[in-house]
Amino acid sequence: MSATATQQRRPSTSPGRSGRIVASSVFYAVLVVLAIVYIYPFLIQVVTSFKTDSEAARDPLSLVPQTFTTAAYTRLFLSSDFPTWFGNSAIVTLLVTVGRVFFDSLAGYALARLRFRGRSVVFAGLVAVMSVPTVVLLIPKFLVINQLGIYDSYAGMVLPLLVDAAGVFIMKNFFESIPVSVEEQARIDGAGPFRLFWSIVLPMARPAVVTIIILSFQGSWNELAHFIVSTQSPDLTTLTKGVAQLANGQLSQGRQYPLKLAAAIIMTIPVAIMFFVFQRRIMNASEGAVKE
Amino acid sequence: MTTTTERPLRDGGHRGLRRGEAASGWLFTAPMLVLLGLFLVVPVLMALWVSLSDWGGRGSPFSGGVGFVGLKNYAAVLLGGGLAEQDFGMSLKNNAWYVVLVVPIQTALSLFLAVLVNRQILRGRGFFRTAFYFPSVTSSVAITVLFLFLFSTTGAINAVLGAIGINGPNWVNDPHGIFHFGASSGPAWLESATVLDIPLWDWIGGPSVAMCIYIVMAIFTTSGTFMLLFLAALQNLGGDVQEAAMVDGANGWQRFWRVTLPQLRPTLFTVLTLGLIGCWQIFDQIYTGTRGQPAKTTITPAYLSYTSSFQDQDWGQGAAIAFILFVIIVIFTLFQRWVLRDRRVSRRRMRMYEAAATRGSAR
Repeated sequence: MSATATQQRRPSTSPGRSGRIVASSVFYAVLVVLAIVYIYPFLIQVVTSFKTDSEAARDPLSLVPQTFTTAAYTRLFLSSDFPTWFGNSAIVTLLVTVGRVFFDSLAGYALARLRFRGRSVVFAGLVAVMSVPTVVLLIPKFLVINQLGIYDSYAGMVLPLLVDAAGVFIMKNFFESIPVSVEEQARIDGAGPFRLFWSIVLPMARPAVVTIIILSFQGSWNELAHFIVSTQSPDLTTLTKGVAQLANGQLSQGRQYPLKLAAAIIMTIPVAIMFFVFQRRIMNASEGAVKE
Repeated sequence: MTTTTERPLRDGGHRGLRRGEAASGWLFTAPMLVLLGLFLVVPVLMALWVSLSDWGGRGSPFSGGVGFVGLKNYAAVLLGGGLAEQDFGMSLKNNAWYVVLVVPIQTALSLFLAVLVNRQILRGRGFFRTAFYFPSVTSSVAITVLFLFLFSTTGAINAVLGAIGINGPNWVNDPHGIFHFGASSGPAWLESATVLDIPLWDWIGGPSVAMCIYIVMAIFTTSGTFMLLFLAALQNLGGDVQEAAMVDGANGWQRFWRVTLPQLRPTLFTVLTLGLIGCWQIFDQIYTGTRGQPAKTTITPAYLSYTSSFQDQDWGQGAAIAFILFVIIVIFTLFQRWVLRDRRVSRRRMRMYEAAATRGSAR
C-alpha cells in the first residue's frame, strides 16, 4: 500500500524506481496468490469437517459453515474404531522413534569412532542398502515377516522399522564432526566405549538426535505400505491404514466427506505440532545438520 | 582394511585404553546389522526366489511343494500376451505419464518458489516458506483424502471451474486420456500396433483425467521439499558472481538463466533424480484413492505388484513386477550418476567462462 502511495507522490522523478515498485507489487501479488493456492485447501478441509454432509457437497468453497456441527468428530471418537487406530499409530511411532534414536546413534558412533576389522565393509553395505527403494520391498518384507511368524503382531509392525540406514548415516556424519579430544580425558579416566558413547558423545549430538526424532516420528506416523503388508487384524489397524480404507469406501457407505476430512485432520495434527515446534530446524535441515 | 593397518601407529600411546574396541564395534552395530539384514537383505533374496517360483502364498515358499519355474513369471508379465502383460503395460503407461508430467513441473515450480522466497528484503519470508512447505509434512493418506474431496464432482475444483463457466469433469471416474481430447478411438494403425499389449493410441493418450488428480497432488506436496533444497543451494551461492554480472549490465532475467541456474546444476540433478525415483514408487495415494480405477487407468507398477500378490495370490508375478520396478529405478539412478560424472565438461566450460571473464575485465 505504502509503496503505491510513494509512487503516486513522485511519479516523474525517477522512472527506474517506479518501475521497480511496479515489479515489486507484481512480485508480491504472485507470492500471495501462490500462498493462497497452498493454504486454501487446508482451510477448506478444516471448515468442511464442521459442515453437514449435504452442505459439504452443496457449497465446497465457503469458509463459513451454515450449520456448524461437530457430528463428524463425535462419530469418529464415539462410534468408530478411530481411537484404536490412533492408539496403534501412537504406540508404533513412539517405539520406532525411541528405537531409531538409540540404534541409529549406537551404530553411527561405532562406524564413526570405534576401530574394528570390517568396519569399512559394514559401511559400504549400509550405503548399498540405502539405495534400495522402499516400495520394491513391499512384497519381500511380507515374505520375511510371515516366515518369522510375526505377521499381524506389533513385533511385525515395529521391528522392521526400528533401524533406518539413512539415520545411521546422519548420526555417523555428525559424530565425525565432534573432536576426538573430547573423549580422550574420559577414556583415560577408564570409561568404556558405551560410557563414552552414552554420557559424553551422545549428549553433544543433540542437533543430530533431534533430526532423527523428526524424521522417524514423521516417517513412522505417516507410514502406510508397511502396515498394509504386516497386519490384517482390525485391532492392529493404524491411522494411515484405517483412514485409507475409510477414504475408498471399504468401511462406509456414501460420501461422508466431513467425516473423512475430520479423520485426515486429526491424523495431521501430531505431525503439524512436530513441524511447528521444530520449524526452524526443519527449514534449515537442508543447510547441513552440523550447524548449531 | 585401512583401519587395521593404521592401528599400531595411531594407538601407540594408549593401547591399553582401546582394549575391547573391536568387540564393542560389532556389538554396537549388531542391532543395525541384524535388523537391516533381516528386513532388507533377506527379503530381497527371498523375493528373488519367489519371483522364480510358482509359490501360491500358502505355507513357506521354501517348502517342498514349491517349484522352480525359471523366468516364467517375468515372461508372463513382459511377453505373456494375457491379462498380466496388459495390466503391466497399463501400469507402465500410467506411471510413465505421471513421471513425465510431475518431474519437470515440480522441479520448475520448486525452483520458482525458492527464488521467490530467497529475496533478502521479502516481508513475511518465514510465513511464505511455511505455507509452501507445509503440504510436504502431511501424510500421503491425509492429503489424498483432501484431494479426493477437492476433485469430487461437487468439489472445490469444479466449483471454481464452474464460476468461470467451465463444466468440470467427473474427475475420479473419468478414464479418458487427456491428450485424446475427447476422441473415443484413434486411427486404425495406432489402434492395431501394440506395446506390452496396450495399443499405441492408448500410450500416446496421456494420463487419464483421474490420474491427473495424483499429478496435481504430487506437484502440490513435493514442491515444498524441493524448494528447501534449492533454497539451501541459493543461499550458498556467493553474491560476487551476481554482482559481477550486474556490473556487466545483465538484467535480472539474464542473470537467472546465465549465472544462477548454471551454478545450481548439482542441486537441479539431485532434485530431478529424487523426483524420478519418488515418482516411480507411487503407491500410498493409489491405495487410498482410486485403487487403480477407473478402467485401470490409475494402476501403477507398485500397486499392481501389491494386488497381484495379495489379492490374486499370484506371488511370483507380484515379486517379478517388484524386481522390474527395481530395475527401472536403478536405471534412472545410474543415469543420474552418469550425468553427474559428466561434471568435468562443465568445469572445463566454467574455466572457459572464467577466462572470458578475465579477458573481459582486463579490457
